[in-house]
Amino acid sequence: MTFPNPIIADLSSSFGPAILAVQPAKDNIPTLWISPDRTADVLLHLKTKIGRPYKMLYDLTVIDERTRTNRPDQPMSDFTVVYHLLSFDRNEDIRIKVPLLGDTHTLPSITGLWRNANWYEREAWDLFGIRFNGHPHLKRILLPPAWEGHPLRKEHPARATEMGQFRMPEDQMDIAQQALKFRPEEWGMAPAKDGTDHLFLNLGPQHPGTHGLLRIILQLDGEEIVDAVPDIGYHHRGAEKMAERQTWHTFIPYTDRIDYFGGVMNNLAYVLAVEKLAGIEVPDRVKVIRVMMAELFRIQSHLVWYGTFAQDVGALSPVFYTFSDREKVFEIVEAVCGGRMHPAWFRIGGVSQDLPKGWDRLVRDFLAYLPHRLKEYDSIVMRNSIFKGRTRGVGAYSLEDAVEWGVTGPGLRACGLDWDFRRKRPYSGYEMFDFDIPTAVNGDCYDRAVVRIEEIRQSMRIVEQCMKNMPEGSYKSDHPLTTPPRKERTLKDIETLITHFLGLSWGPVIPAGEAFMGIEATKGSNGYYLVSDGGIHSYRTRIRTPSFPHMQMVPKIAKGLMIADLMAILGSIDFILADLDR
Amino acid sequence: MSNSLTHILVSFAVLFTLLAVGGMLIWLERRLLALWQDRYGPNRVGPFGLLQVVADMIKVLFKEDWVPPFANKPVFIMAPAIIVTVTLMSFAVVPFAPGIQVVELNMGLLFFLAMSSLGVYSVVLAGWASGSKYSILGGLRSSAQMLSYEAFMGLSLMGVVMLAGSFDLNRIIEAQRDGWFIRYQFVGFMLFLIAGTAETNRLPFDLPEAESELVAGFHSEYSGLKFGLFFVGEYLGITLISSLITVLFFGGWLGPWLPPLVWFTLKTFFFICLFILLRASLPRPRYDQLMSFGWKVCLPLAVGNLLLTGAWILMKG
Repeated sequence: MTFPNPIIADLSSSFGPAILAVQPAKDNIPTLWISPDRTADVLLHLKTKIGRPYKMLYDLTVIDERTRTNRPDQPMSDFTVVYHLLSFDRNEDIRIKVPLLGDTHTLPSITGLWRNANWYEREAWDLFGIRFNGHPHLKRILLPPAWEGHPLRKEHPARATEMGQFRMPEDQMDIAQQALKFRPEEWGMAPAKDGTDHLFLNLGPQHPGTHGLLRIILQLDGEEIVDAVPDIGYHHRGAEKMAERQTWHTFIPYTDRIDYFGGVMNNLAYVLAVEKLAGIEVPDRVKVIRVMMAELFRIQSHLVWYGTFAQDVGALSPVFYTFSDREKVFEIVEAVCGGRMHPAWFRIGGVSQDLPKGWDRLVRDFLAYLPHRLKEYDSIVMRNSIFKGRTRGVGAYSLEDAVEWGVTGPGLRACGLDWDFRRKRPYSGYEMFDFDIPTAVNGDCYDRAVVRIEEIRQSMRIVEQCMKNMPEGSYKSDHPLTTPPRKERTLKDIETLITHFLGLSWGPVIPAGEAFMGIEATKGSNGYYLVSDGGIHSYRTRIRTPSFPHMQMVPKIAKGLMIADLMAILGSIDFILADLDR
Repeated sequence: MSNSLTHILVSFAVLFTLLAVGGMLIWLERRLLALWQDRYGPNRVGPFGLLQVVADMIKVLFKEDWVPPFANKPVFIMAPAIIVTVTLMSFAVVPFAPGIQVVELNMGLLFFLAMSSLGVYSVVLAGWASGSKYSILGGLRSSAQMLSYEAFMGLSLMGVVMLAGSFDLNRIIEAQRDGWFIRYQFVGFMLFLIAGTAETNRLPFDLPEAESELVAGFHSEYSGLKFGLFFVGEYLGITLISSLITVLFFGGWLGPWLPPLVWFTLKTFFFICLFILLRASLPRPRYDQLMSFGWKVCLPLAVGNLLLTGAWILMKG
């Protein structure tokens, strides 16, 4: 047996019998099935024992396989736990799949191996009911503590109308309320060693500094943070479950609302993954239009971050300036897409419409407008000595920590690693563009800000190149699975008409298979891992979002600092609650 | 008889003018901030939105005046009254123009310093009595902040006192006939401005309130008229510090052509706008940074300024 990839050869020589199967995947990521008892060893081997190791646990998720029909060459499994690892040295990913059979559904925890496995395993427990032995705190993470069941299992209904009428009798209410009572030990918080009392401060879910529904329990000694525990899930809407009931096409608007400042950037990750599954190649014009819109949204998102970050540190005015700049981006977005924050404008195999007349003038005006505004913000925010005092050396983490905790995006580049998916794994034609990857060295709040602000400028360069070199051609691919299907010939022959009708009413039937697509989104790496069972719905959609691992890291960097620093850290991390909870 | 009647009239005129000014400043601040932040601000009620104040007042009066069950009720009610009372009492010694002064005290400046120190009790007690963790953190910050900034506030003014040879605010103004004290006391002025900002809890020294950190800090639990008192108290504080700056460093009501009261108003208004501009432009330092700035920078500067002024006066003989 020969293996196309050396890592598979390496693993099969070390763990021969433990490898149950090597699964071909449409995204060419080596995918191995490992028996549950050797999983931890294999992961340890991949992380520490090989040359150019897989240092980042990029994602950990589960597939409920019980109703899946099209899974050739795959071992028997009820629930499959998927570990997605990333190696920066190799610029390669590897997917480790572990089949779980029977009723027990347990696996050894890998929290000792990767710090960020903690939340991912809790999520897997919460949504799928997979137990991880040895996990320090295996509690629900997204759903309320008194919730019953595991909603991403296939037997759980996807719509409220499929369930009985909702009732909450008094005793149920008592249970739910009792479960919300705050007991520090349940949050893993230890009392002070010398017998003094600490102050427990409940920050959120409604708090001006948390940018939305986020709750952080703080254990304080004076104003110093002894411990911090984020409580997330207030914004959880079950986007992954929704993906299983929407068609491939009608899920696009839901993606907009994952990172709601990313707009079409979310569509991009999703449609690229679907196109990988379906084998659709898009015309150059589509690629460039997509890149241009995505970069405009990156600018927009970074502008919002800029203003709100300054506000978190106490400066009241910048937020108004950046929001009016953002309005200029929305003018372009409105003209092109018709929508603003959630345009849902990308399509499988193309975009919704061609660019409108005069789009280039709007873009040119914006590109001429923004630079002097950015210069102004530099002087009122970045060069302000109070601002520097609040952010320099605050909330710093090392590159090793960043990798250990799964940090991607500007937060990773602020530690000095010039890792940008647009450059390292070009998608949608990014290899055609000329832009720099800004980095910084200290990894503190100030450096994260520096990186983001430079990214605004680089995004403007990309948008400018898009504007000057927009290729001619169609805004849609000629592929039969392009959605909505092409209409030109429908009135000429009946077969085309039928295909068109089916494509519009049912939606496209995407061939069975699995594909992952990760992109450099506004906050970090956003990825869609899609499993198709050969139907009009996705069998499983996993949305890997950057805010989830970033938020998980907050307690680590906030310990020993003050409340005011926590606000600076939260601001500098640039998270979106919808992106965190999905 | 007529003398005491005038006196009573002046006192009431001052009281009502100040309360009206305190109210109008809410409008002014919102409009100015809006101007600097590229937006409109309140512009719907009445001409230029001037009646917004009236609308706000009506709203504040009719809001449910809620005392949280976990609060210490008497202290909770008393706290907002303190800030307004002591600030208004400080105004008693401020000479607005020749003859327009509630009471002429020969140690007027000391009276002001004493009164403004009492103001901190309002914030600390409000924070403590609210029985809320955010409030207590705000109150704690406030007490620490006041301690450090009170220390050099008095010292920063002693240069002026030495130059004028008196604590009497009228005599301090008279002593500036040949030139404003800002010429010799620029350091003193800067220090007093900083201390005054800290005293009134204004950005960048709004740590007791610190919206993005402590929600509303010491007055998180307040509503209705009590909240309104804190609000007006803050604006009265700004007016007070601005008028003191005018009196101590910028010649008070002195000035050519225009009537003294107009001069005084114009100068004070300028500094009020400066306070608002500060709020529009600066971020907020951290608690420990604020403290170390106070103790390690401002206090030594104030002492140095005092010594230099003394040496200079001695040298001039």
